[in-house]
Amino acid sequence: MVLRLAGEWRRGGPEPRIEGEAPERAPNRYEAAALGDFDSTLPAFLLAQLRAVGKPADGPPPLEGLPQNLRGLMELALAVPEEIEARGAPAETSEIRKLGGVTIRALDGIRSIAEFSGRTMLALGRFLTGRARFRARDFWLIVQDCGVRALPIVSLISFLIGLILAFVGNVELSNFGASLYVADLVAIAMVREMGVMMTAIIMSGRTGAAFAAHLGSMKANQEIDALRTFGFEPFDFLVLPRMLALVLMMPLLTIYSNVIGFFGGMLVGAAVNIPPELYWYETLSSVTMTTAFLGVFKSVFFGAVIAMCGCLHGMHAGNSSSAVGEATTRAVVASITTIIVLDSIFAAIFTVLDI
Amino acid sequence: MPDPPQHPPAMAKITVRDLTMAYGSFVVMRDLNFEVMARDIFVIIGGSGCGKSTLMRHMIGLQEPAAGRILYEGGDFTAADPAGRARFIRRFGVMYQSGALWSSMTLAENIAMPLEEHTDLKPRAIRELVSYKLALVGLSGYEDYYPAQISGGMNKRAGIARAMALDPDILFLDEPGAGLDPLSSRRLDDLILRLRDSLGSTIVVVTHELESIFAIANHSIFLDTATRTQGATGNPAELRDHSDNPAVRRFLRRGGDDAPPITIPP
Repeated sequence: MVLRLAGEWRRGGPEPRIEGEAPERAPNRYEAAALGDFDSTLPAFLLAQLRAVGKPADGPPPLEGLPQNLRGLMELALAVPEEIEARGAPAETSEIRKLGGVTIRALDGIRSIAEFSGRTMLALGRFLTGRARFRARDFWLIVQDCGVRALPIVSLISFLIGLILAFVGNVELSNFGASLYVADLVAIAMVREMGVMMTAIIMSGRTGAAFAAHLGSMKANQEIDALRTFGFEPFDFLVLPRMLALVLMMPLLTIYSNVIGFFGGMLVGAAVNIPPELYWYETLSSVTMTTAFLGVFKSVFFGAVIAMCGCLHGMHAGNSSSAVGEATTRAVVASITTIIVLDSIFAAIFTVLDI
Repeated sequence: MPDPPQHPPAMAKITVRDLTMAYGSFVVMRDLNFEVMARDIFVIIGGSGCGKSTLMRHMIGLQEPAAGRILYEGGDFTAADPAGRARFIRRFGVMYQSGALWSSMTLAENIAMPLEEHTDLKPRAIRELVSYKLALVGLSGYEDYYPAQISGGMNKRAGIARAMALDPDILFLDEPGAGLDPLSSRRLDDLILRLRDSLGSTIVVVTHELESIFAIANHSIFLDTATRTQGATGNPAELRDHSDNPAVRRFLRRGGDDAPPITIPP
C-alpha cells in the first residue's frame, strides 16, 4: 500500500483532504513527488494517522519514500513508543464512585484541620512553657503587618459602614421623628456585629491570604524542609508567631473599627442636625460594657480562625507556583466561611444566654 | 613486644538496608542496599525523575521509608524517636536543590540562625563564623544581601555555606551543579573536594552531571528507572569501565557501550 502525499502543508492553509479509502494499517511506502512545502502540520498529521491504525507487529512502521528531512522528524517522533499509562486513567464516571471520592476528600480535609488544630495546641503549650522557638523579630514584623499596616483599610471600611448604617437607619427612623436613635442603631450594630465582622473579613483577605501565599511559597522552595533539617519545628517557627500576632491584634483592630464606625454615623447625624455632642452621648448611653465586650470576645476567635486557615492552606500547598495561588484562594474562602458560620453560632449562644 | 593496637573494623558512616521508597501505593525504588564510609564522596546517580532526591529525603528523615532501615554509624535512624532523630539530624548539613535559603532573611542571618539555635556562641563569634563560612564558598561581602538579590549559583553556594554552619559530620548536597555554567560548576566540584579533604566530612551528592561524578566521587549508587531498584554500587569510573549492568555503562558513557568513556583531564 502506498500513501501519496501532495500539495502544500502549512499552518493556516486548507484542511488536509484524504482521497480514497482511509487505510486500516500503516502504509508500506510513501510517494512524495508532488509534495510541496510543509511545516509541522504534515508530520503531526502522519503521526496521528499511524497512531490511529495501531502499531505494526514487527518493528517501527516503514517510512520508505518520505523526503529525508520529513523522515528524520518521523523517526524522532516514533523513536520512543507512546506511553499509554502516561495518558492517565479516564475520568471517573460512576456517580457512586464520584460520591465516594468527594466523601474521602471531605474526610481528609476534616482530618487535616483536626491534625493542624492539635499541632497548634501543642505548639501553644510549648510556647506557654517557654520551649517554643521563633524569632522575636519575625513576630514583631508580623504584628506590625497585621496591626498598624491594616489601619488605613480598616479605617476606610469602618467609617463607610458606620455611615451607611446611619444613612439607611435615618431614612426609616426619621419617619417617626426618632432620628436621634440612629446613634443607638449604629453603636449597637457596630459593636455587636459589623465592627468585628468587617475587620475579620478585611484581615482574611489581607493577612490570611498573605500567610497562605508566604508559607506556600516557602514550602515550594523547600524552605520549610530546610527548617526541619536544622532542627526547627516549622509549627513553632512559622505558625505560632502568626497565630499570636493575629489573636493579639484582632481585638485592638475591632475596638478601633467600632470607634471609627461611630464617627461615620456621627457625620450622617450632623447632616440631619444631630449635634455631635448629643450623638456621642447617645452612643455611649446605648452601649453597655457587656455589649462592647461581645465583639471583642468574638474577634479573638476570628483572629485564630484567620491565622489557622492561612497557615494550614499555606503549609499544605503543592510544590508549584499555581499551587500557591490555589492555596491562597482556599485560605480566604475557608476563613470567611468559617467566620460567618462561627458568628451565627455565637449569635445563637448569646441569644440563649440572653446577652 | 606487644602487638600493634588493633583497629576495629571500619564502621560504615551510613548503612541503608532493604530500603523501599513509595508514594502511597506507587513504589519509587525497592530493595536499596548500600554503605557509605567516612570521608567518602558518595553520589546518587540516575536519570531524571528516578528518585534520587527522594532517596536523599529519606536519608535525612523528611520522608518515611515504606520498608527497610537507615543506620548512621550503626545507630538506627529510622526507628529513633523524635528526640533521637533530632540528635542524628544535628550532625547533618543539607543543601537543597535551589538553595532553599530562608527568603525573609539575609545570607548572614540564614547562616547565623542554626548557630544561634544550637550553640552558646557570643554574637561576635557568630558574626565571625558567618563571614568565614561565606568566605569558604566565595561569597565574602554578601552578608547583608537577601537571597532574591543574588544569582541562582550564588544561592546554591550560600546554601552550602549554611549547610556547613554547624560543621556537620555528613553533608548532603542535592544537585549542586545543576543549572550552573561550566566554570561555576567546576569551582563547586573543587569546593566539595576541598571540604572533604580539609574538614573530613562525609559527603552525599545527588547529581546526574557526568563530569562532576567522575571528578569528585569515589563511591556511588546507580538507581535504575527500568527495574525500580539499584543498578550497581561502586566507584563510578570502575562502573563505567567494568560494570556488568549495561544500563549503568550506557548511562555513564552518555549512550551506547561504544561511546568513548568520558575522562577528566587532571
